[in-house]
Amino acid sequence: MKKLTPAKLIQLFVGFLLTSLLIGSLQAAETRSPTTADHSKFKVLQGDFKSAPEVTEACLSCHTEAASQVKKTTHWTWLYDHKETGQQLGKSKVMNSFCGMVVTNEPRCTSCHIGYGWKDMKQPPPEEESAVDCLVCHDTTGGYKKFPVLSGFPTEIPREWPKGSGKMVMPPNLTEIAQHVGASNRETCGSCHFYGGGGDGVKHGDLDSSLAKPNAALDVHMDANGLNFSCSECHSTWGHDVAGSRYQVNAKDTKGLVNPGHGEVKAASCESCHNSDPHPQAKLNQHSEKIACQSCHIPEYARGGVATKMWWDWSTAGRLTEEGKQINQKDEQGRLVYSSQKGDFGYGENVVPTYAWFNGTVEYTQIEDEFDTSNPPLGVNRIQGSAGDPDSRIWPFKVMRGKQPFDTVHNTLLATHVFGADDTSFWKNFDWNKALQDASDKTGFAFSGEYDFVETTMHWPITHMVPSADQALECAACHSADSRLAGLPGIYMPGHDSNEWLDRIGWLAVLMTLIGVVFHRIALIISRKINKA
Amino acid sequence: MSQEMIFKRFERFWHWSQALLIFALIFTGFEIHGSYSVLSFAIAVKLHTLAAWALIVLWIFAIFWHLTTGEWKHYLPTSKGLFAVVYYYAVGAFKGESHPYKKTTNAKHNPLQRLAYLGFKLAISPVIWISGMLYLFYGDWPAALTETLSLEVVAYIHTAAAFAMMVFIIGHVYMTTLGKTVFSHIKPMITGYEDTEKPDVKK
Repeated sequence: MKKLTPAKLIQLFVGFLLTSLLIGSLQAAETRSPTTADHSKFKVLQGDFKSAPEVTEACLSCHTEAASQVKKTTHWTWLYDHKETGQQLGKSKVMNSFCGMVVTNEPRCTSCHIGYGWKDMKQPPPEEESAVDCLVCHDTTGGYKKFPVLSGFPTEIPREWPKGSGKMVMPPNLTEIAQHVGASNRETCGSCHFYGGGGDGVKHGDLDSSLAKPNAALDVHMDANGLNFSCSECHSTWGHDVAGSRYQVNAKDTKGLVNPGHGEVKAASCESCHNSDPHPQAKLNQHSEKIACQSCHIPEYARGGVATKMWWDWSTAGRLTEEGKQINQKDEQGRLVYSSQKGDFGYGENVVPTYAWFNGTVEYTQIEDEFDTSNPPLGVNRIQGSAGDPDSRIWPFKVMRGKQPFDTVHNTLLATHVFGADDTSFWKNFDWNKALQDASDKTGFAFSGEYDFVETTMHWPITHMVPSADQALECAACHSADSRLAGLPGIYMPGHDSNEWLDRIGWLAVLMTLIGVVFHRIALIISRKINKA
Repeated sequence: MSQEMIFKRFERFWHWSQALLIFALIFTGFEIHGSYSVLSFAIAVKLHTLAAWALIVLWIFAIFWHLTTGEWKHYLPTSKGLFAVVYYYAVGAFKGESHPYKKTTNAKHNPLQRLAYLGFKLAISPVIWISGMLYLFYGDWPAALTETLSLEVVAYIHTAAAFAMMVFIIGHVYMTTLGKTVFSHIKPMITGYEDTEKPDVKK
């Protein structure tokens, strides 16, 4: 018989742990009722699909209303009519402080549209029903990938990506994928939403690939070994319309619990499950009147080991080596800190949010909007809300900063034609004049020919990466001299705020009394000695 | 000269538990105020609230006791002899004169004490209680109150009263040491008994 050495014992123990974890995770994964349909048995899904739209046609042969439902949603239209501000927003219209605008860069940007072949932002998405991409949300195999530069199509031939990397992206096995469709999950939603801004974790700060399989410390709801929520558990859907918006956030949900039969079953707020007074301590529940749950329950963002971009300076882009080659500089952690195509980058991990009053309404500086150039930074978006507004609460934000091109004559932001194998795109030609002029020519947005770079900010509400409750902020995170909410207007925070004159006079009174008492005693001792003598 | 019970058992219990609670309230209160960080804000708030409720309960009992026993009469202000006491502390004590006031079971506080304790009971304490309750129940303020009063003002009043309380305590504690010996005034507050001279009762 072999000897049981300590090393063996440790191996056995680790093996046991891993096995129990695996069993645990398998059990935890069972969060949905078993399906009544095995798609691999469907005749219409047995065929050899030549293209992705053919799969959509097969889907629609049973799910007859799905395409028309999808086409009504912002996921499809990339349009959002803002009821509060009257602005027409949506991905097809807004500018952001990352890649600028979609227009003139379509084949790259529309690789995240839930359709196939939207090549011109000035036109609506393709009309045919087969242009709806069912698989990007409903693939359960993880094998379906929209190729990054094909206007939303997956590749049909092996292609190298990124270019020059030697890595090949193979066409997805459409038949296999079609036979294993199911409800959306963190990976399918994440295939676009984790990578907003052009890479993992770049844009949001609270959404990145670490949420595909998080632990409870990263996200207690999505914890792969615990509750294992999919995105749609909170972002509930109604006829393919998904709850939740970053243009009009439900910043203060006063409806509370959502029960069947009691109004809309659309729920993307904490309160829709937890109600507005979930704490055993009344004082904490009272805080929820003025403070969003997220402010205390998300102590930091970008906590999953994926850095988020905090700074993007386009003004330095275009620098090349003496031989005219592109420069790509990385820091010690292997993050790109300068690229000729995009300029300078700054990153953040485990970032303490910025806090601000927020009533949910987000206003944008749109490309036609003239702005005050004398007062940078310019808010590419601006959040509304104030201490006096009963609909406002204090919310946590990622504040993205950077520099973007603007027209020094018209005082407007500028569309930038960065992507494309043509002779004007910035990423190919490194010439802002050409890139800006071409974007203007193609879009009709005015460009005087004069440009400079303006510092900009953008506010991104933080709402994901909620750890277990024991990791929520301590009172003193705000109620202290070194308060997280320091400088926030309209609040008196015990422990942080005080009136310096009241304190000065108060302590002076205490001190004078003490001194008086001491002098009285000294005088008494001396006088007694004199009286004795 | 005889040994007489000046401070009854309840009175002593009331005095010393009140003292303990007030010290706890001052210590936790100034942590909540942000003057230092020893216990953590959360624990300071918990203890402060707990001590406040305890003191309120104690006060309810004390008020009941004062009313039912007639002890409240000891706090009736009087100007008779007030100047003499003030003069003693300001001048007389330095000349080696003796205290002009003699404690009796009928009148255990001298006129200056009466005035100081009455001020403590009718001015400082009510301001602390009312502002403290408003502070504690800030989350439950009715709209009418929110429109007319701010937490900031309540906090300032509460803090100002706390400073006044500290001034009182320093003065009070010091005055107790001004007896024949340093502890001669404190002793009856602990044992209840003091050597007193009975007023002349002529039959």
